[in-house]
Amino acid sequence: MPGEQILSVQGANKSFRRPNGEPLVVLESVDLTLKEGELVGLLGRSGSGKSTLLRLIAGLSNPNGGSVEYLGKPVQGPPPGIAMVFQSFALFPWLTVLENVEIGLEAMGVAAAEMRKRALAAIDMIGLDGYESAFPRELSGGMRQRVGFARAVVTHPNILLMDEPFSALDVLTAETLRTDFLDLWSEGQLPIKAVVLVTHNIEEAVQMCDRILLFASNPGRILLELKVDLPHPRNRQDPAFRALVERIYVAMTARQDPVAALARAEKFPGTGIATILPRVSTNLMAGMAEAVAQPPYSGRADLPDIARQLQLEIDELFPVAETLQMLRLAELEGGDIRLTEAGRRFAESEITEKKRIFAQHLIAYLPLAAHVRRVLDERPNHDAPKGRFSEELQDHMTPEAAEMTLRSVINWGRFAEIFAYDDDGQRFTLENPS
Amino acid sequence: MLRQSSPVSVVRGARRAFNLYDIVAAGLILAFLLAFADASRHMAAPLATETRPISLSPASLPLYALRSTMRMLAAMAASLVFTFVFASLAAKSRRAETVLVPLLDILQSVPVLGFISVTVTAFMALAPGHALGAELAAIFAIFTSQAWNMAFSFYQSLKTIPDDLKEASRSLRFSAWMRFWRLEVPFAAPALIWNMMMSMSGGWFFVVACEAINVGSTNLLLPGIGSYIAVAVDQRNLTAIFWAIGTMLAVILLYDQILFRPLVAWSYRFRAGEEDETPKPRPWMLKVLQRSHLVDLVTRPVLLGFDASLRWTRLPAAHQVAILEADRPRPIADRLWNAALILVGTAGTVYFVITVHRAFPMREIVDAFLLGLPTLVRVVVLIALASLVWVPIGIAVGLRPRLAAALQPIAQMMAAFPANLLFPLAVSAIVYLRLDPDIWLSPLMVLGTQWYILFNVIAGASAVPRDLKDASGNLGLKGWLWWKNFALPAVFPYYLTGAITASGGSWNAAIVAEWVSWGDKHLAAHGIGAYIAQATEKGDMDRVVLGIVVMIVYVIGLNRLFWRPLFRLAERKYRMN
Repeated sequence: MPGEQILSVQGANKSFRRPNGEPLVVLESVDLTLKEGELVGLLGRSGSGKSTLLRLIAGLSNPNGGSVEYLGKPVQGPPPGIAMVFQSFALFPWLTVLENVEIGLEAMGVAAAEMRKRALAAIDMIGLDGYESAFPRELSGGMRQRVGFARAVVTHPNILLMDEPFSALDVLTAETLRTDFLDLWSEGQLPIKAVVLVTHNIEEAVQMCDRILLFASNPGRILLELKVDLPHPRNRQDPAFRALVERIYVAMTARQDPVAALARAEKFPGTGIATILPRVSTNLMAGMAEAVAQPPYSGRADLPDIARQLQLEIDELFPVAETLQMLRLAELEGGDIRLTEAGRRFAESEITEKKRIFAQHLIAYLPLAAHVRRVLDERPNHDAPKGRFSEELQDHMTPEAAEMTLRSVINWGRFAEIFAYDDDGQRFTLENPS
Repeated sequence: MLRQSSPVSVVRGARRAFNLYDIVAAGLILAFLLAFADASRHMAAPLATETRPISLSPASLPLYALRSTMRMLAAMAASLVFTFVFASLAAKSRRAETVLVPLLDILQSVPVLGFISVTVTAFMALAPGHALGAELAAIFAIFTSQAWNMAFSFYQSLKTIPDDLKEASRSLRFSAWMRFWRLEVPFAAPALIWNMMMSMSGGWFFVVACEAINVGSTNLLLPGIGSYIAVAVDQRNLTAIFWAIGTMLAVILLYDQILFRPLVAWSYRFRAGEEDETPKPRPWMLKVLQRSHLVDLVTRPVLLGFDASLRWTRLPAAHQVAILEADRPRPIADRLWNAALILVGTAGTVYFVITVHRAFPMREIVDAFLLGLPTLVRVVVLIALASLVWVPIGIAVGLRPRLAAALQPIAQMMAAFPANLLFPLAVSAIVYLRLDPDIWLSPLMVLGTQWYILFNVIAGASAVPRDLKDASGNLGLKGWLWWKNFALPAVFPYYLTGAITASGGSWNAAIVAEWVSWGDKHLAAHGIGAYIAQATEKGDMDRVVLGIVVMIVYVIGLNRLFWRPLFRLAERKYRMN
């Protein structure tokens, strides 16, 4: 079915400058071609560069190296013929549904009568009839994203870029929108030639795409390319479907090649105090450990199963699972999560003991937590300003990442009761007020 | 821009040709055209015919009121243009930003009435022998009372446009013109309109103060309410003063009904975020504008032309929209730019210091700075007193929704009412009772500005989430505990906004409040305001400038050392989300 090639990305690199001047690589030598009639998925966790790649294609950002070519010409800014659907819908709140759909045509200089005709046709196709004069704030999330689709499709683009279009919607609404979109797409009703879909939802990728590019993080790069040949409409319970999902989980939890991992660790200091920590609540960690400890898993669970049980998407699941792994409370391997001995005790004990185990592991395996505690122990007044640590972290990461990392450590340290933090004074102390 | 969202399938022909709203609209349009014609005719007139004596007959007041209002509107139009240009420059160029934002900060601290003293001569020279020059000077002074906070609000809105909307408008290939009108202005509209309305409320004070120009040998009375009251004071005519106060009240009421309420209500449509359950106000004036065919008839061609301009400016298919990345640091160019700034800044300071030093002995400079102290004490004490009175009242009112809905508009109108119209009443009393001007002139400084504290506190107390109110009731918080842990923290950020506005306004008011007259009797309090006012009357420009600089130093000092730290605390600790 695939026809002519319309997009080609060759060896694209993207990096941002860190405060200390060194580049932070978010995308490393990525290749991608897109042919007419294809729906390609970019699948990965947050920070794996998939959205960055989408923005390179959209002409919203420039690669530092390599090339992005659309219809044989390099992309140097948003070109005509590439439209985008946003995760947050990005509707203009002061325009009605109709005006939101029309605005892309207005920017193209389409005459008023023609503009109205095309916009109404798009609204009709996407199922927004009757909502023409509504403002976005009056609509549910699902209806808002329909407006987002109509606005992108009305310009008859060659490529439709979708940046996690369903992830801000509830499960049921997302499913309805997905199938509606797939119906229109597979029936050839959409005036578009190819689609690139960014998602962190594995099942969504398998359900929708002809081809899936699986991304890995630090730096963002393509780990694996998968072809999906299942006929539409695809059934999630189909064994072939499940096998593909499992294969992706396995690839995502695969132990890294030790040599490559070491090489990367040098390039991207991922050990020591300079690890960027995700914001994971201690409730979620305890909750996952408890779920895995209980039957039917009894200490070892298939990640897709546990994800479904806890209703977590991989964007939420992996940070929790990996934090547990970092603290040596669990191991990730072959698409499974397995509790360690300490992890099992952590899951099964009551709150005081839980906190004790967590504190032990935090000090032993999280260098930043140990560092904060050591500084506080050494100072005579057991008191240190937050700025001291944030400056230290900013040698290695962006100010935003440093703030997130410190917030995580504060949160975990508070739960473990290994130090206290006063947000008013922005100071770490050893003692909670008593 | 005022456009009703056009539903698609409305059968337009089925409506009646005219409705009740049309009659109101026709009246308003006619009145506006007449006022505009009248004002422009007078502006072009030679000074000699223009400065005919102000008549104290009440019958002439409506026309004077109209002239004052036209001045206000002209200044507002100028402020809006300034806002669009200045704020866009500051928000879009990192280099311009490093100069323009601090500049705005300083301009905000310059006493408005200082501007007119310094600029009137220059404006008069622009159109010698015509009323135009004097009018421009007055309009410029009003402009300086309105423009800065509008520009600041627009700048801050431009800096906070969400990334996804920016990306969407780039991806849809908006031209710069289209981006401005379809993204930037609508996004900034709610905050900008609110600031415009606040500016206009504050502006009445300066309209009144600017019309009677009395700088050295230049003595001008521009026809308007301000001149009317100046003449009334000169002739000790209490009746005329009451007439002026009554007229002003009517003007403010009309301004509130015709402009303030409909504009603010209309700006709700630009508010982002979720639908909330509270019913939206629908002022009658907004209905007139939206439902009258006549208004539609007049505005339609304008709007169509505007839409067409968006199409004309479309980007050609081959045009590359520039990629908007975070500004890449360009170390050498940046350093050159900074060096140039430092050079110009230092040269300016040195020049200023030398000039001041030549003009005045050190002793006098120190004296001027010492004169700032009594004014500072007045501002601080009076804001504190006003807070003691209005914060509890504001909280009590704000926590009762129906009472708040009834009183809030009144508080806002009180803030708009130019307090200097009331000065003569107070002054005549002080003269009659032989009170100490150093103490009794002080309350005049907060007479008009205290209302900002009240209506901001009311707004804060009304915004307290219901669950928090319920929780504090449920926990049985009472007495001081209730104030300390619930009421005061809940309104603190709002109170600060009000208090900062009130404090800034009080410094401005010092120039007219510390030096007053009643007939030929002059009263002066010790303070930097009186210093500036007296120098202005003598036409002593050196001392006017010295006085203004001293006041700027005090205002900036108070802002930096007192208000700003408090504001940060409020942002960090007392935010409601």
